[in-house]
Amino acid sequence: MTDEKSGRRRRLRGGGPRAGTIAAFLTPFYLPFLLFYLVPVGYALWQSFRVVRRTGGQFGHAYTTFGGFDQYLQVFRNAEFGGSLGRIALFGIVQVPVMLFVALIMALLLDTPLLRAKGFFRIAAFMPYAVPGVIAAIMWSFLYSPQLSPVVDLLNGIGVSPDFLGPGTVLWSAANISTWCWTGYNMLIMFSALQSIPPELYEAAKIDGASNWAIAWRIKVPIIAPSIILTTVFSIIGTLQLYSEPAVLRQISSNISSTYTPNMLAYAVASGNNYQQAAAISVTIAVITFVLSFGFLKLTAKRAGL
Amino acid sequence: MSQPKRARESRISRTAAMSLMVLLAIYFLLPVYFLIVASTKPQADLVSTFGLWFSHFDIVHNLKTLFTVRDGVFGRWAVNSVVYAVLGAAVGTLISALCGYALAKFRFRGRNFLFSVILGGVLVPSTALALPLFLLFSAAGLVDTYWAVFLPSIVSPFGVYLARIFASAAVPDELIESARLDGAGEFRTFFSVSFKLMTPSLVTIFLFQFVGIWNNFFLPLVMLQQEKLFPITLGLYEWNGQSSRVSLLQGSVITGSLVSIVPLIILFLLLQRFWRTGLAAGSLK
Repeated sequence: MTDEKSGRRRRLRGGGPRAGTIAAFLTPFYLPFLLFYLVPVGYALWQSFRVVRRTGGQFGHAYTTFGGFDQYLQVFRNAEFGGSLGRIALFGIVQVPVMLFVALIMALLLDTPLLRAKGFFRIAAFMPYAVPGVIAAIMWSFLYSPQLSPVVDLLNGIGVSPDFLGPGTVLWSAANISTWCWTGYNMLIMFSALQSIPPELYEAAKIDGASNWAIAWRIKVPIIAPSIILTTVFSIIGTLQLYSEPAVLRQISSNISSTYTPNMLAYAVASGNNYQQAAAISVTIAVITFVLSFGFLKLTAKRAGL
Repeated sequence: MSQPKRARESRISRTAAMSLMVLLAIYFLLPVYFLIVASTKPQADLVSTFGLWFSHFDIVHNLKTLFTVRDGVFGRWAVNSVVYAVLGAAVGTLISALCGYALAKFRFRGRNFLFSVILGGVLVPSTALALPLFLLFSAAGLVDTYWAVFLPSIVSPFGVYLARIFASAAVPDELIESARLDGAGEFRTFFSVSFKLMTPSLVTIFLFQFVGIWNNFFLPLVMLQQEKLFPITLGLYEWNGQSSRVSLLQGSVITGSLVSIVPLIILFLLLQRFWRTGLAAGSLK
């Protein structure tokens, strides 16, 4: 393929391919990455600093122009934005710790000799990962629906009449769907980390008579702290993006508005053709996501001495 | 601690651990079990019979309804989902492999910078990009086409991240060096030597991306208007929204949900070890 001369020249330069060849390997990924990741972000940023004005009175034609931080001021003045943010903050503060705690307990139990049929439990927990979020939400909405749900039937049988779609409960019904979808995934990440701990690390503690419980909390959990932090960051990001679970529950419950989460608000605003405002909301969500996830990383990295 | 006491204690903790896990397994399996039972029932039995047990076993009829109702548009959605996911993941895996391999094996200036851009990309959720992409695509006139869903799907920073790890682990430098000495070009070396060594890890990358595209909902929701371009997720979401008015659709939403998750569950049971490789790599810091 290569002629003698260029082959020799390459070796003289210390080996390795030419710049053109390297570019040919990188471009097929970086070009779409640029076009479909970076450029949209830049375009949204640019749009978020534009406003629509009209020439003359109400009947003048519309044009867009630079508007400074006008769109962002509008985002912060919008009570619906504050409301949606408060809602998912509450959601995240409860759902993320509960889900990760259950995932951690499962991972630790699967890592002890206490259980039989470990393969089955692993598969059962990870199976929801194969179910699309929307389909999971549709499945659960059948289990919440008073007409169809066998769960409601069973609870009625013991004298409890639950309302999974009421104003005070529907947020937690959505939280349950997220928990169902992601517990097993997080559990497997933690479990993989546990499996890579060399057993010698806790063999000595075992000989000294430490209980499984003590080994788990004092030795194993601190070692897999990076994985727990990683799953927390992914969960925070996921919570801020919440869309499909509440959107599906909205189809059967009047207690979810079209602006229930920040992303639903952004979608509703974009559907109203107010692209500049939608862009400003999207950018604000992204900035909050970034600040929270990096803030959390910084905070825990310091405390865990990583 | 005396031996009998210890043995009794371990029996108690064994029972407690097993009971907890059984409860959790029921929790994870219950919705899918319900879906299987419900998709065998005739429409009328959905409300009138107990949801966790079978009545008339009518799944063949339900499948027929699913694929014929509304001019058989569900079949179209299924084909769309397969096209988006198979082609998107195939192209995506190839470009991730090329890129990850180059980042792992070639030394050049700016390499670390290019890799850290990808790490940043891993943290950006696809939902966050959907609206900005819509703004851009509507300016470019690409909204409401196959391309609007397909093109963004091929980009997977996580795939490149995995490919880089796997390439450094699976392809020895000496092998590339000796292929070079034999006069093989870099692309020939990649496709004839490295690609084979990386194959098991490429399956992992393909699977993760396949599931990501198959499960994608927000991007098609934002991009697509025409029903005939929908993937299954968006189609069933629309039907579910109409089923309170058109009760005939409810049964099809249930059967359709089952049809949409079966291929993934099979894929996932057959290829378990590839999932574990990917998740283990994801847990490395």
